[in-house]
Amino acid sequence: MSQWITACAFDDIDDEDVKRFDHAGRTFAIYRYEDKVYASDGLCTHENVHLCDGLVMEHVIECPKHNGRFDIRDGRALGAPVCVNLKTYPARVEGEQVLIQLD
Amino acid sequence: MNTRTSPALPQAATIASRTRADYQLIGGAGERAVAGKLANAEWYKCPVPRTLMKSLMQRDDAHAIRDTALWYALIIGTGALFVFGWNAGWSAAALFAVYFAYATLYCSPADSRWHESSHGTAFKTRWINDVLYQFASFQVLRRPTRWRWSHARHHTDTLVTGRDPEIAAPVPVDLLSTLLNVFAIKNGPKELWAALCNASGHISADEKTFVPEMEWPKMVREARVWVLVYAVVLGSALASGSWLPVLLIGLLPGMLGAWLYNYTGLTQHAGLPENVLDHRLNCRTVYMNPVLRFLYWNMNYHVEHHMFPMVPYHQLPKLHEAIKADCPPPYASTLQAYAEILPAMLRQVRDPHHHAVRPTPTPATAAATA
Repeated sequence: MSQWITACAFDDIDDEDVKRFDHAGRTFAIYRYEDKVYASDGLCTHENVHLCDGLVMEHVIECPKHNGRFDIRDGRALGAPVCVNLKTYPARVEGEQVLIQLD
Repeated sequence: MNTRTSPALPQAATIASRTRADYQLIGGAGERAVAGKLANAEWYKCPVPRTLMKSLMQRDDAHAIRDTALWYALIIGTGALFVFGWNAGWSAAALFAVYFAYATLYCSPADSRWHESSHGTAFKTRWINDVLYQFASFQVLRRPTRWRWSHARHHTDTLVTGRDPEIAAPVPVDLLSTLLNVFAIKNGPKELWAALCNASGHISADEKTFVPEMEWPKMVREARVWVLVYAVVLGSALASGSWLPVLLIGLLPGMLGAWLYNYTGLTQHAGLPENVLDHRLNCRTVYMNPVLRFLYWNMNYHVEHHMFPMVPYHQLPKLHEAIKADCPPPYASTLQAYAEILPAMLRQVRDPHHHAVRPTPTPATAAATA
């Protein structure tokens, strides 16, 4: 059953940036761009690298290790070296908090 | 200079065997590396504030457009001078001097351009990266997709025996091969043969270990384009009755011009320990003059590059300043680096457990010198 979880405060994330969120033994990446928030699995699908150390460029997160790029809106892999899409989760802002919906 | 014989480091001790067979990606030491948690592992990173790192990772097109335009202008300039001298009947010595300069400019900076564009950090605009990547790969004699993936593995498992396909000086050191490859005498023809195999549809078993299956058709397509280019070059030479096309494009300048990238590139890792999870121990940062840094696109800051590969080449000096207190002291020059590398490699001919050791700052000393 899915549930909404508080990930962090909205102001904890700069615009066009990403923050790591660990919950129940899993790691996630929370993004903010143009005052909208997005969420995905926290590790790159290519290797075990935390995306929170990567660079957000508009709607694209770039893995800090191998230049793998994903669209943060739907997790689409945008070319080599990433071939597998990133799992994304619904995210919203409620009051001052960012919430993500987990499975 | 510090040198040491392994086992020196906990991680190194987990892979004690050191033969050339260990470097094979199939049947080598890779399985032991996986068992020893050396593969796809978490590496040490110097602390850098997020705001600074974000600013360092920002891309632009201006630096690389300027540098690429200048590089190709130098290639075209020396190439035109060589053609002029050839037609004007210059002496063999004068022609060779100009040709040597042409080949060096054609090939050696292509190594760093290949490298930077493979990381996608040369240009902000993605398609320009991809175009430069294809041209530079051809010039430096590296099949584009094969080497893109081998380089990704090199960054995941830097100098992990049996995992890293790009170890330039495996131990025991084979001096003859090292010397022959100063001019790509072994690697150049081998790469062309591999391209021919790819063009016929064959991908080697080793390559299949690090290139995903969905990329194999691309390898074949690119190899066929190479075959077509070589056919046009050879056809032009035959049709014109002149060696010029063969001298200007392809294998010959790619081999003669390889010496400089080998000279700078060997400083990156040669003689340093394998199977450690800290780039401060298995990479060198070497101060170089502005001309070399232009030709080499700042890859002399190699500790910095490996630790933070998404920082563009033109930002590496700033990154170096940010983390140098937490890194071993950089080498003052390539000569100082080679004063460590050559004795280490010579000893590694007979003692594969030997390696140079870099002094790593402890947090306390790093803070004191920051």
